[in-house]
Amino acid sequence: MDFRIPVGDWIDSLFKWIGAHFGGLFDVLKALFVGLNDALVWVFATPPAIVVILVIAAAGYLARGWRFAIGVVLGLLFVVGVGQWDNATDTLGLVLVAAFLAIIIAIPLGIWAAKNDTVSKVVKPLMDFLQTLPAFVYLIPALAFFGIGVAPGVIATLIFALAPGVRLTELGIRGVDSEVVEAGQAFGASPRRILRQIQIPLAMPSIMAGINQIIMLALSMVVIAGLVGAGGLGGDVAKAISSLRTGLGFEAGLSVVVLAIILDRFTGSFGQDMGLYSKLRGRRNKAKAADEQARLEAEEIIDKGPWLMPGAGR
Amino acid sequence: MNDNIALHAQGLYKVFGRHADDAVEKLRNGATRDEIGSATAAVIDASFDVHDGEIFVVMGLSGSGKSTLIRMLNGLHPQTAGTVEIGGESITGVSAAELREIRRTKVSMVFQHFALLPHRSVIDNVAYGLEIQGLSRADRLERARKITKIVGLAGWEEKYPSELSGGMQQRVGLARALATDTEVLLMDEAFSALDPLIRREMQDQLLELQSELGKTIVFITHDLNEAMYLGDRIAVMRDGRIVQIGTPEDILTNPANEYVEQFVQDVDRSRVLTADSVMRKPRAVIHDGSGPHAALTLMRDEQLSAAYVVKRDRTLVGWVRDRDVLDLVRKGERDLTSAIQTNHGAVSHDTSLADLFIPTLEAALPLAVHDERNRLVGVIPRVTLLASLGGEPDADASASPRPDPLPTAVVDKALDASDEGPSTTAKEAR
Repeated sequence: MDFRIPVGDWIDSLFKWIGAHFGGLFDVLKALFVGLNDALVWVFATPPAIVVILVIAAAGYLARGWRFAIGVVLGLLFVVGVGQWDNATDTLGLVLVAAFLAIIIAIPLGIWAAKNDTVSKVVKPLMDFLQTLPAFVYLIPALAFFGIGVAPGVIATLIFALAPGVRLTELGIRGVDSEVVEAGQAFGASPRRILRQIQIPLAMPSIMAGINQIIMLALSMVVIAGLVGAGGLGGDVAKAISSLRTGLGFEAGLSVVVLAIILDRFTGSFGQDMGLYSKLRGRRNKAKAADEQARLEAEEIIDKGPWLMPGAGR
Repeated sequence: MNDNIALHAQGLYKVFGRHADDAVEKLRNGATRDEIGSATAAVIDASFDVHDGEIFVVMGLSGSGKSTLIRMLNGLHPQTAGTVEIGGESITGVSAAELREIRRTKVSMVFQHFALLPHRSVIDNVAYGLEIQGLSRADRLERARKITKIVGLAGWEEKYPSELSGGMQQRVGLARALATDTEVLLMDEAFSALDPLIRREMQDQLLELQSELGKTIVFITHDLNEAMYLGDRIAVMRDGRIVQIGTPEDILTNPANEYVEQFVQDVDRSRVLTADSVMRKPRAVIHDGSGPHAALTLMRDEQLSAAYVVKRDRTLVGWVRDRDVLDLVRKGERDLTSAIQTNHGAVSHDTSLADLFIPTLEAALPLAVHDERNRLVGVIPRVTLLASLGGEPDADASASPRPDPLPTAVVDKALDASDEGPSTTAKEAR
């Protein structure tokens, strides 16, 4: 007996149909991906490397403190030293574009899933599917639709990185203390307001962990993206594999590690009280509170009348 | 308190699960909670009125449906059947936007675990309801500061909830609810998460605020002592039904069924019951106009060693001992006044039992109880006081009265002698 389910044929005809009917959409998407990527790469690649490094280090100082800033400088100098700086800026551009797109899809989707059980029931298995299907497999239709280059790299990275963002956002929103949400309702806040003022702020640590995961997964996809001509560090790794150049492979690979550590520490610091920025903010809040207190005391004196002020009487 | 109804609930049902309406129909036809299949009835046929300025306590154990009930009063849980009116305005069957408007302006809530916004300072938490009402930042902060001061948190405005103790956090919760200036305040186990000393303090503060601001409060608790302490009236819930509504004394002295009776067994009666709930009619009182002779006769007939003296309008004057009156009779005095002692130690009729023990010990007679106009309304013998704490108000019926009045023979002799003339009486007595 010849038992054969023609899934492959179905998929082929499905994608052929999609390609035939939505070709225009893919062109637009491709232009968008490429445009965003080029813009970001331009930002990183145009100034001399040392300027970019110092700017990133300064940002690191604001976000986490001087230790991290020094780490950033040393790490990125290493990347420059092994001749991977140009590749690294390409990769950074690709990762940030893919992660940005993943975030703006994942967070609203996660919120929607948190608010609606039906959506949640559909989204969960879908995310499982996207995350477990080998990345190479959906690279094939991506290649078919977008051709060689950055665009299939972005789309493959985007899909792969989406899942944790959606999951952690949903988990975070659902995990907000129901009594606090009830408090919002009990005082007559609209659902939108509750979302903005209660649910999102309280779910922030979880959402931030989701964003962190998105960026990490995006970075882990760069090698695969390199295979389809997205270039960057992944491109060199792919080159090293095909020509068995261990040294080149490690140089590119270690550069990926450096980028990964820097991006992880950056996103991991969001929402935590670290670095100069939060210190400044804390100081400003305290100053504001002190001003307010002083104003109140002044008002009290005025309330009591001028005769209570020293020197105002006869 | 006046008789305006602030909150009116009529035939409220809340059934969770499928076929809720069928379940309500079955319950209306007398089915029990277990007979309605897969659906869960949390509240069954709850009807009550809460008057303006009243503290209405809903009391029940966990699972009795009290938390669901209070959430139906502001629509957090939509009712399956029945109606709720706040200030004459129905909150059931209105649109979501109208319901939000009612919540903003008519009814606010205090939560068991405070439910503060952890990312906002105390003052911004207190101002939260006002922010939703749409007040400008300056206005709402000004009002929030006032309320923060009233609840005793002045100086803590810029702190965050995590920097406050539980009691202080709940004060923020209370201030947040008070700031909106709604007529009705719902308090869901508001003090249950606090430790006992703080809880007591908060209860006192709530009563104080209540007397100042005159809010209508619906208070949920599982703690009967708290219910008795705070409540003007109490609704006792069991398995989703309200089994009794009444004043604390009603509930304590006339439990509607065995369940309530068991429940109230553990109550500290001495704090709930007041003098007028345990006092007895005085066995006999002497009018201040009557002479020693009549007084002594009365005391002999009633087997009393002493008695209270009152005016015609029952205003308490003092008390007399039979020995002193006997002396007067023997001397042939016609006026009782010199024998009257004024240190009667009477207590007001609304004194709680806990405060009666020392006065009863000090009083020579069963303790006198007077009303606002100082009229004698009853007496409390020591045995009655003890019996009332045991929960059996009638146990003292057989208890013996105060012992050792003068021997009747002696009294009779004196009275007879006085009938013959003052001089002989005096002689014989010597």
